[in-house]
Amino acid sequence: MIRDLTCIVCPQGCSLKVEIEDGKILSVSGNTCPRGEKYAIAECTHPERCVTSTVKCDNGDVVSVKTDRAIPKEKIFECMEIINKQTVTLPISIGDVIIADVFGANVVATQNKN
Amino acid sequence: MADLVIIGGGPAGMSAAVSAYKKGIKDILILERDSSLGGILKQCIHNGFGLHKFKEELTGPEYAYKYEAQVKELNIPYKLNTMVLDITPDKVITATNEEEGIFQIKAKAIILAMGCRERSVGALNIAGTRPAGIFSAGTAQKFVNLEGYMPGKEVVILGSGDIGLIMARRMTLEGAKVKAVCELMPYSGGLARNIEQCLNDFDIPLKLSHTVVEIHGKQRLTGVTIAKVDENRRPIPETKEFIPCDTLLLSVGLIPENELSKTADVVLNPVTNGAFVDQDRQTNVEGIFACGNVLHVHDLVDFVSEEAEIAGESAADYINGVKEEKTDISLSTDGKIRYTVPSKITAKKDVKIYFRVADVFKNVKINVHSGDELVFSKKAIKVAPGEMECITLKKELLGNKSELKFSLEVL
Amino acid sequence: MYDVVVIGAGCVGAMTVRELTKYNLKVCILEKENDVSLGATRANSAIVHAGFDAEPGTLKAKLNVRGANLFRTVTKELGVKFINNGSIVIGFNEKDKEHLELLYDRGIKNGVEVKLLNEKEVHELEPNLTKEVKYALYAPYGAITCPYELTVAAVGNAMDNGADLKLNFKVTDIKEDKGVYTVISEDGREVQSKAVINAAGVYSDKIASMVGDISFTIIPRRGEYILLDKVNGDIVKNTIFRTPSNMGKGILVSPTVDGNLITGPTSFNIEDKDDNSTTDEGFSLVIKQAQENVNGVNYRNTIRSFCGVRAVGSTGDFIITAPKKGFINAAGIESPGLSASPAIAEYIVEMIKEFMPLTKNEAFNPIRKPMHYFKEASIEEKNEIIKKDKSFGKIICRCETVTEGEILEAIRTNPKPSDLDGVKRRTRAQMGRCQGGFCTPYIVNLLSRELNIPVTEVTKSGKGSYVNISKTKGE
Repeated sequence: MIRDLTCIVCPQGCSLKVEIEDGKILSVSGNTCPRGEKYAIAECTHPERCVTSTVKCDNGDVVSVKTDRAIPKEKIFECMEIINKQTVTLPISIGDVIIADVFGANVVATQNKN
Repeated sequence: MADLVIIGGGPAGMSAAVSAYKKGIKDILILERDSSLGGILKQCIHNGFGLHKFKEELTGPEYAYKYEAQVKELNIPYKLNTMVLDITPDKVITATNEEEGIFQIKAKAIILAMGCRERSVGALNIAGTRPAGIFSAGTAQKFVNLEGYMPGKEVVILGSGDIGLIMARRMTLEGAKVKAVCELMPYSGGLARNIEQCLNDFDIPLKLSHTVVEIHGKQRLTGVTIAKVDENRRPIPETKEFIPCDTLLLSVGLIPENELSKTADVVLNPVTNGAFVDQDRQTNVEGIFACGNVLHVHDLVDFVSEEAEIAGESAADYINGVKEEKTDISLSTDGKIRYTVPSKITAKKDVKIYFRVADVFKNVKINVHSGDELVFSKKAIKVAPGEMECITLKKELLGNKSELKFSLEVL
Repeated sequence: MYDVVVIGAGCVGAMTVRELTKYNLKVCILEKENDVSLGATRANSAIVHAGFDAEPGTLKAKLNVRGANLFRTVTKELGVKFINNGSIVIGFNEKDKEHLELLYDRGIKNGVEVKLLNEKEVHELEPNLTKEVKYALYAPYGAITCPYELTVAAVGNAMDNGADLKLNFKVTDIKEDKGVYTVISEDGREVQSKAVINAAGVYSDKIASMVGDISFTIIPRRGEYILLDKVNGDIVKNTIFRTPSNMGKGILVSPTVDGNLITGPTSFNIEDKDDNSTTDEGFSLVIKQAQENVNGVNYRNTIRSFCGVRAVGSTGDFIITAPKKGFINAAGIESPGLSASPAIAEYIVEMIKEFMPLTKNEAFNPIRKPMHYFKEASIEEKNEIIKKDKSFGKIICRCETVTEGEILEAIRTNPKPSDLDGVKRRTRAQMGRCQGGFCTPYIVNLLSRELNIPVTEVTKSGKGSYVNISKTKGE
């Protein structure tokens, strides 16, 4: 079976072809860098995404956050539920861990806020 | 009086300031209309920025902060909440803010870095009513990401520009249902990766060759009628379909904000809606430079920073009296290539030329001719209007040329 | 108990209520919407017609000419823009020429200065007319104004002189008992008055029927417009009309007092009095005819298209009648209704005098602070204002250069706006080329703060027109 993918690693968005047989990846083509191959393999075995959103602050504002690494794709909405429940106390700086260990990633601030 | 005044404290303005400073210009002033530096990046909380520039994947605010931190560390002066009202050709800037009122500054050089605005629904002449619930994607992005408010729950997006795609995902993650993204053209105006990770990941249909033909609802939007369009982009009546929704987001193009440039007699290119510039990003007005989205709409902020560095360094050279290179080669395009930035260059140094194409083409050659002579040629697997292309012309190729024509050869 | 209640806060109701405050009367103006000026007054050509068009001897002719003469003074008192730019009716063929001659005769009979121009003369006057234009009628005293600013200012000035304004007051019934009228709203509010003026626009037939007057009907007529960016605003100096047909005056091309270019209106009779939706057919007609009239009307510069619903009366003339003692209709006020509105107000007051003794209000102050005084001030004057109130130094709407101070002042000045469109009509914020793309979130916050309501309750134009529906992360 051949699976067509669009690489999301960088803005170039290469069109990838992945040859799969019995759940085993035989080859990846169309990528213009090694990260593309890595992405294709991950996407066909355990797809992952970074999540970006905002978290409520104690003063009623919101602060932008991200998962500091990709989490399993099927956990995106569960991750959002956890993010939506959280309230942070200001001030906050870029990189501060807001929620630790969410499906293997930390949710960290991407914005400074006083 | 200042050596260098930079209009706009977004990614272009900050990067230009830092590079001018590093070339010895200390008397700089950045004028920023918003309450903090960073420009539109502050509301672009998604990731994907900085892969070229910093070799890491950053969110918009993180990317902006890298420059903001440098501006602050170098003590480059800036004024926030300050709106420039007028620029004269002899470089007198009139601006206003709460503390100083309306004031004037004379500059030796000016860098225009005002960014761009979104095309509004008003410009589209869509039939129907004019209810609440219609936003440009960027306005919705500001509400959701910075203000913490949801403009609506059931969303249709018109236009598949990157902001529209990004907002499809953002609205979905925040609990809205995005019912469709309609794109008038037979191809998307956004990056392929954004279609993958913003639409396909969430099963949001991308309807190519479709548009919104009617808006419904008296007070708040109650739905839109969409239709497929024919090859002349005219709606096909039999394909009309009503989609109930309370929100319509528009991502139908960005327009460089050059109202101020015009007051300074800067000549604009009708194709880009930005200034005509040379390889130094100098406009037709000596000492006035332009960079970033006010010059031409970029696909990636990394290229904005790169361009702003050129403008910043060139402005520094200009202020320092470094003799400018003669710019005697004019560039033209064949229509398949819509424009080039810069549009005239010198033969004295290597020059990177940025351009965009008018349609999606596969397996092409980008050719540069001087008369009948092929000066440069490069193959590309695929080019698309949503993506900015770039080639570098070596100075060795340019000696004694007076004009160069850029064309696309489909193989 | 009021002496006079006016139903409908369009330009006619607004000018009338202001006129009434010149006398010692307790007056009130009722409006079914969330703000004044939301019917035909919001969306029309904004022309002060010189008065050559209406048939001599009609109320339309008489009140148009009188109204146009009053306009300069009224707009000056109320601080509203008025530009005497001139009007030109263009003709393409012999049939048009005949009609232009008819209009010329009407103009002379109505006492309006008019002049017939030949091909050379008209092209000298307006070089951008298309070469197909062969004949013209020129009315040097044709003018332009801003109808919604006029209405806001007139209601505001009336309020400053003691009038009351009740918004969201949709009249559903009127009862009369021994010379006292009780006017009842949909939400159960009641006001009592000795006299009632029906200035309810497209609904004036419905209001009249509430007191048993079924002598006329109002046909709603759709008029679509396309407004262009200021880059196209100086393409013509005069208002360019086509030779009229039996369906109105055709598509005109005119500068606006704010420097934009307006093209329109279409003219289609419709069923639904509230149906202010635009149509593709309408757009096509506007674009086609405007480009037949004038060269260089570039619709790539469109910033907004919109539709107004005009109240066309069944009698062909303005219907200004008193079917019952104390009840006066001001109905069927189609074009030139805006031009006539100051004269209609005078005319109605004369009718009131017939059954109610009026004494002059010596305290009446005709002057209202000009709406755009800050914009029009010199830099020195602006800096004086900013020194006293720094919010005038902060620009909120960058396209139209509107400051926070101007927006706050508008929110705090009668008649007070309580939604985004209300702020827009008073300050021009959100009315420029980005159509509020940048400034809407700021204005939402200003309204929330000033009105002391949550952001989620800020609306675009009242009831149900919410801008945001919830917080992203809940309360």
